[in-house]
Amino acid sequence: MHIKSRLLAGALALLISAPVAFAQDDLMDILNESEPEEAKTEYAIATFKSTRLVAGHSIETNGKGVLNVLIGHRFGRVNEGAKEFFGIDNAKMRLGLEYGITDNINIGFGRSTFQKCYDGFIKYKVLRQSKGKKKMPLSMTLFASMAIVSQDYADPTRENYFTSRMYYSYQIMIARKFSERLSFQLTPTIVHRNLVKTADDANTVFALGAGGRVKITKSFALNLEYYWVPQNQIVSAFDGQKVRDSFSVGFDLETGGHVFQIHATNSRGLHEKAFVTETNGDWGAGDIHIGFNISRVFTVYNKNKFKQRKADRLAKKAAKA
Amino acid sequence: MVRQTTKKLIKTIIMKKFLFIALASSVSINASFAQKYLSKTAHVRFFSETPMEKIEADNHQGTTVVDFEKKEMVFTVLMKSFEFDKALMQEHFNEKYVESATYPKATFKGKFTPKGELALVKDGSYPVTLEGTMELKGKVNPIKAEGVFKVEKGALSGTSKFKITLSDYGITIPGPVKDKIAPQVEVTVDAKYDAYKK
Repeated sequence: MHIKSRLLAGALALLISAPVAFAQDDLMDILNESEPEEAKTEYAIATFKSTRLVAGHSIETNGKGVLNVLIGHRFGRVNEGAKEFFGIDNAKMRLGLEYGITDNINIGFGRSTFQKCYDGFIKYKVLRQSKGKKKMPLSMTLFASMAIVSQDYADPTRENYFTSRMYYSYQIMIARKFSERLSFQLTPTIVHRNLVKTADDANTVFALGAGGRVKITKSFALNLEYYWVPQNQIVSAFDGQKVRDSFSVGFDLETGGHVFQIHATNSRGLHEKAFVTETNGDWGAGDIHIGFNISRVFTVYNKNKFKQRKADRLAKKAAKA
Repeated sequence: MVRQTTKKLIKTIIMKKFLFIALASSVSINASFAQKYLSKTAHVRFFSETPMEKIEADNHQGTTVVDFEKKEMVFTVLMKSFEFDKALMQEHFNEKYVESATYPKATFKGKFTPKGELALVKDGSYPVTLEGTMELKGKVNPIKAEGVFKVEKGALSGTSKFKITLSDYGITIPGPVKDKIAPQVEVTVDAKYDAYKK
């Protein structure tokens, strides 16, 4: 009797407790055991929304087979007043194309109104920030570009060399996505100028760029960009005004395949040599250019469709043979 | 007296033997035919179609366990492992729509009811009704779907197809892309299971 009642109580307890414990939890345990979190590498994506912070490049590259068409505008200065419609009458632009050869290697080409400048670049993402199995605290992208200024020589009377039109820029971009909202980038930069105005001007200019992004909503972000040029490298004035560090503030607005960026900056040019070594606007005096970039991506090469077509071709061949 | 005891003895021996055989056979059935099955390479595909745009994504890293004794199953999938044709779409999917940094996984937990006999020792198709909960982007909703377990040359696989309403999981589609993303997406699941051994 005693044993029986105990057994009964035990069976009852089992019956009651069984439905309470979540039925599928032991199965979840099996999954978690067989698939530990540490076994996978998780890469940080979208450290920045666009391949540009403001004028300068970000660590982001276009994916393989993606063609990115960029149109950048810089208006004249806001302090030119109402007659010049606060600079809008006097717009400079850059038309650019970028293409992803692989997910990590991009090439690009651009033509700027400013100095009738052609530029070409290659960009290579070396490191990707990741956690999990492979841990990497930073992303790093290497960048090299060449620019050729095609406007008339400043002094046609003297002997001019074509090489004096050429400029080279090199950057190492190091970035970290600290959180979903906050990303930061450091960009050590070298700009080499074949021809400079005076012997006191350095041909090779060192600069340090810094930039960041704060995401405000999922599709809207605030960007900052600053290029510090240590003193005594550029002594000659540019366009009659002292050369200053470039500082820009911008907003990104993203919709589907478009990114729209609007900026306020003291730089005029949209190419490395222009905004690093030829920025002469003074923020304090209101020498501010309003500008915007519009980028639109087109997927030119589609991995899966390409594979499908290849398979179809092979199948046709096999059917013929 | 002696006879009686031997009779009893024989009886008990027979009983014990029978019990032993029964036990042994049940053990051997268990050994040759596992109750739990696991897959780590389950294929999950989702498909959204509007007149403007067709969006497909594949994930070959789904993990799932089925328990045929209790008729239960679980299924999880890492959101970041979905592969899209367009790199930017993949980025937006993770960044804006499912927020995979905050909600890395989607999980199904539930039970299944066979529509007829379910004999995994025989080759054949066994349709089932799945019923349980789906967790996606931190939201849990009840879900019901039709599925089929298939045994082919002793190998077990499972498939299912169902629809998910994005707004049920707090996924909102912004105005500019409203006519590009369908409010309901079709999910196809296809898993090849292996017997699970501890």
